[in-house]
Amino acid sequence: MAVSAENKRRLVTAALVGPAAVWLFTFLVLPFTAVVIFAFGERAPEGGYQPAFTLAQFANLGARSAAFANTLTLAPIGALACLLIAYPVAYYLAIKADQKYRMLLISLIVIPFWTSMLVRTYAWMYLLGARGIPHLFELAGIDDVRLLNTPGAVLLGIVYGYLPLMILPIYVSLEKLDRRLLDASADLGASPVSTFFGVTLPLSLPGVMTGVALVTILLLGEYLIPQLLGGGKVFFIGNALVDLFLQSRNWPFGSAIAVTLVVVVVAVLLVAMRIAWRVSGSRQVDLI
Amino acid sequence: MTKKHRENLPISPDDFMHEFMRFKRGSVTRRHFLGVTGLGLATAVMARSPGAFSTAAYAAEDLGTKMSIATWPNYHDPATFENFKAATGVAVEVNVFGSNEEMLAKLQAGATGWSLFVPTNYTISTYHKLGLIDELDLSKLTNFSAATENPRFTKEGQIDGKTYAVPKNWGTTGFAVNTSKLKTPMKTWKDFFEVAQTEADHRAMVHDYQLTTIGSALVALGYGFNSIKPDELAKAEELLIKVKPHLFAINSDYQPGMRATDAWMTMCWTNDGAQLNRDIPAIAYVLGTDGGEIWTDYYAIPKDAPNKAAGYALLNYLMDPQNAVKEHIANGAPTTDSRVISLLPKEIVSNKIVYPDEAALTPLEFGAAVTLTDPGRAELMARFKSA
Repeated sequence: MAVSAENKRRLVTAALVGPAAVWLFTFLVLPFTAVVIFAFGERAPEGGYQPAFTLAQFANLGARSAAFANTLTLAPIGALACLLIAYPVAYYLAIKADQKYRMLLISLIVIPFWTSMLVRTYAWMYLLGARGIPHLFELAGIDDVRLLNTPGAVLLGIVYGYLPLMILPIYVSLEKLDRRLLDASADLGASPVSTFFGVTLPLSLPGVMTGVALVTILLLGEYLIPQLLGGGKVFFIGNALVDLFLQSRNWPFGSAIAVTLVVVVVAVLLVAMRIAWRVSGSRQVDLI
Repeated sequence: MTKKHRENLPISPDDFMHEFMRFKRGSVTRRHFLGVTGLGLATAVMARSPGAFSTAAYAAEDLGTKMSIATWPNYHDPATFENFKAATGVAVEVNVFGSNEEMLAKLQAGATGWSLFVPTNYTISTYHKLGLIDELDLSKLTNFSAATENPRFTKEGQIDGKTYAVPKNWGTTGFAVNTSKLKTPMKTWKDFFEVAQTEADHRAMVHDYQLTTIGSALVALGYGFNSIKPDELAKAEELLIKVKPHLFAINSDYQPGMRATDAWMTMCWTNDGAQLNRDIPAIAYVLGTDGGEIWTDYYAIPKDAPNKAAGYALLNYLMDPQNAVKEHIANGAPTTDSRVISLLPKEIVSNKIVYPDEAALTPLEFGAAVTLTDPGRAELMARFKSA
């Protein structure tokens, strides 16, 4: 009987985990294996892939160093800009906002997500283009304001697009904060500012790290925003990948870059987790 | 408008099937069936013109209910596909692409589901070499008339005397200039790249397409559009990287920027030039007197097409001058078929953007297959974009 109970438990586990495992194997592990195999191959004369075993693609990674450099600078800058804007908002929502309006305010942050990112980015193209905000400046007598297709526009698009992903984890960690700690800190004579830096901020760091990791990782693969708001002049790894697969059809080189990108993402994730463990002093950090 | 357009449509597929079932059940006579569906008239007409007789293939062959075509943006009259569906019962799914490379990449990867597609001249030999297209069975394309086609635009559809593709339309790659913003007169690609760095600072666009962007830079320097010589490409790269900080965008979707006057000047294809000029007359279309590109888009049928019968039927339908003329009015690109020219409204045929003088075409070159697949050009483009 004991065996059958054991079997039953295994069956339940299999039923629970099975669909996800099959899904991940079919749509993640298998395709990624193909990508890894491609990365060691060669570009066929007319483009595409031809079998080979060579490290040439990885040796050539330097040819996209500018794209890597752009991505590795803009992703952290974008994440930092998101953080600076998101933290006060999350703090207000979790600590200051009236309980009655809290859900309403949170839904205001989430609702834009119901519209496709593409549509919202096109809306920004219009707002930043000559018929949008620059036209208002023109009416006010300030000519030749150019916003669209500048690095600033790309940064704005990034902050706009990813802000909710930063606000929500920080909000969750602040919301869980035990208010009595704040009272205790005040009772012991700490000023509000030192309470914030001594108590609130450290306790919210897991949320901050989650947000930063989430936004940074997504930004490392960003393609749409630099393409649409940067006018194709800002070139990220994502853009390099699209060109390699769809334009020059150098699939092996594209695969090598994709593999490298995955390695970079994993590295970022590991470092972020390390930092989060250290600052929170525990291993109970939910990253993503 | 919609109503009027629908009134002109033949019987709908649903109604057709309804009448067909009634006829099969014996509820109506054969005469009623042929009359109400238009098949009687069609048969009568076709019987009188033996050349058109095999169009009865619509009825004779099983065409299925759907097919899919891969083509370019704003390239067809949507009513064409509705009319085709009404005539044959086959619904056409339209896949729109941004570049020939993208199309080629999809076909190379396989299982596209396309039964017809629209490759540009310089890709056809590559498709043939990779075994992705079949020789066309011209007996199924009775509406295609080689005799009325301009041979300049059919020759790249033929390989070793066999026809692999038939022309859809031709066109040129020049540049569009908003003359209300830019006063410097421009005639050449050399002018284009100079003005892009001066009067049109942050107002000029180049294609996100190596073939035309690198090709035009080469022409501006006095080299050939198709050059793959490393030293010439190095000079072109120097020019492009020098111009890049002054550009508004690197993007092949230039109509929105030009219409919003964010951009004042752009590399431009004929049909876009005609559309922009039609809506905003201040936007002129210039063909470089120092060179540039002339091209033809063809129709071809993929080897692994899931519905070849419908692919042929649609292609034959599109080759009918009466149908083709509507296509040309809608998309603005010039036709290769003299039968269609004679049907086009005068204001289209006399439009110098669409039908330039022969002298303006002389310096232009057709893109070459090797230009498209050259790895050196692909890497140059990547360096230009990431610089």
